[in-house]
Amino acid sequence: MAIKTQPAPVARVKTEPAKTPESAQSPEPVGQPAPDRWRVALVQMAPVLGDRRRNWALHKDRIAQARDQGADLVVFPELSLTGYFLRDMVPDVALPLDSPEIRDLVEVASPAALSLGFVEQTPGAKFHNSALFAEAGRVVHVHRKVYLPTYGLFDEQRYFAAGQRIQAFDTKRFGRVGLLVCEDFWHLSAAAIMQAEEVDMLVCVANSPARGVQGQSIATAETYQYLCRAYALLLGAVVVLVNRVGYEDGLCFWGGSMVVGPDGRVLAEAPQLDEALTIAEIDPAELRRQRVITPLARDERLLLLIEELERIKRRRYDSHS
Amino acid sequence: MTRTPETTLADLSINAPLVERILVGFIQSEIRRTGLSRAVVGLSGGVDSSVVTFLAVRALGAENVLAVTMPYRTSSEETRRDSRAVIEQLGVATRDIPITDQIDAYFARQPDASQLRRANKCARERMTILYDQSAEFEGLVLGTSNKSELLLGYGTQYGDMASAINPIGDVYKTQLYQLGAHLGVPASILSKAPTGDLWVGQTDEAELGFSYADVDRLLYLMVDRRWQGEELRQAGFDGEFLRQVADRVRRSHYKRRLPVIAKLSHRTMDRDFRYARDWGT
Repeated sequence: MAIKTQPAPVARVKTEPAKTPESAQSPEPVGQPAPDRWRVALVQMAPVLGDRRRNWALHKDRIAQARDQGADLVVFPELSLTGYFLRDMVPDVALPLDSPEIRDLVEVASPAALSLGFVEQTPGAKFHNSALFAEAGRVVHVHRKVYLPTYGLFDEQRYFAAGQRIQAFDTKRFGRVGLLVCEDFWHLSAAAIMQAEEVDMLVCVANSPARGVQGQSIATAETYQYLCRAYALLLGAVVVLVNRVGYEDGLCFWGGSMVVGPDGRVLAEAPQLDEALTIAEIDPAELRRQRVITPLARDERLLLLIEELERIKRRRYDSHS
Repeated sequence: MTRTPETTLADLSINAPLVERILVGFIQSEIRRTGLSRAVVGLSGGVDSSVVTFLAVRALGAENVLAVTMPYRTSSEETRRDSRAVIEQLGVATRDIPITDQIDAYFARQPDASQLRRANKCARERMTILYDQSAEFEGLVLGTSNKSELLLGYGTQYGDMASAINPIGDVYKTQLYQLGAHLGVPASILSKAPTGDLWVGQTDEAELGFSYADVDRLLYLMVDRRWQGEELRQAGFDGEFLRQVADRVRRSHYKRRLPVIAKLSHRTMDRDFRYARDWGT
């Protein structure tokens, strides 16, 4: 794997193939990054389908590697503890949020923050496609995927209950953070909510398959590039995308995880199709600078938006009630 | 007569290096997750099986790929020569297992069998040999049916359509030529008329009644881009051609599915007993 160095002044990126624990070695002294920079590890991995125990071991290994490289946030893809095409396995691989497995991984990562994906069992035997965010050894937020795609090759509403909230949350180190899961990111409303939430960092964890390998590129990869860059620019926030790789039943997940700065420039990019652990170094001062240059969020008319949505709601729903 | 619209409407060009990478990764992943590391291909000397053999060698190494040639007495010298060219170029393990004796012994008692029955019997005989060789070589049988054939039902169920995994089932015939050229498949294979070598002088396009170039454009718009009949007619496709192709796709759908199971319980195979085939791997 080539080590890429981006010319962008605000970030350095280093991508390495994921290693086994025996061969893992720290490429540079631990704990030396500039203290004000965020070091985000994008863990582009291929979980074993439906084998939570092996995936848990895989998480521990990747967290250790990321910590060795001084990461202060380690991000795994959607459903990283279980794999994607679970179908009837969903109830068998589900975990409550307070399970020992999750607690263990949160503790192993600490003091670095951690985001991972899992099937969450909630009271009433409901199963959610969830992602959590933990900081300083404590889970601070769970996002339950709201938009469950059920078209084409996707069949998520058959197995999962939809999340009911899209909310940002405060962190100690990374300011206000928003967390979305894959299809949520394709809905403009989710991005609009995150803009209203005034997030500093928007994290999207994905299991995006190569769908439409026609012409010169992977259609889904192109779309994600557009979305990440547009959202970063429009929100004036850092956008972090972590997508998985590997194959399930002939379906190929394309990877291509990336970090985009608040000016819409790609700061770090993992390779397509291969496993990788990519470290992106982000200068949070760039958030302020970009908001001075282009203060879109400042000028946003939130009350106008709410009023117009209320009007549209009356037009589209009230006449049917 | 078939009229087809501008090729720009249905651009079937592919990024061959990207497709190669995805398909090589597919072969590696789907074979290794079963605990195996080898593959078996029935090599006819046509573009489909040649491309699959090239991909398998890139994925697994020549020593882990067994190319089996299974000529019948009417098989042409050209197909034998082209198979040999692929084998020599790649250095794969190979076995030549002619099927003439058993086919002729069977049809000696079925003298009135049609050409189609004979062709299907040959395809199924080859399948049983591939699966037997698969057990001996400890490798999975790779499928060689392309997307055009699968959609048109132009293949023998439980014959050449049978395989453990199929790397080219989502690649149109027209695109396979692009992939073949990129992989270095011998020019003689890429330039000859597609044939199943089912009987002397047989070609796919004469038997189907249209060219792959035409039907691939139609199938791409109809299947992949979800164009409707009237839209396709307005775009310049001939109405009779449209009807003929749409009929073929519909009538052959049974070949693309497992046998229908009569439902009684709460959980029936493939209906509400749903797991990925890669379950637990």
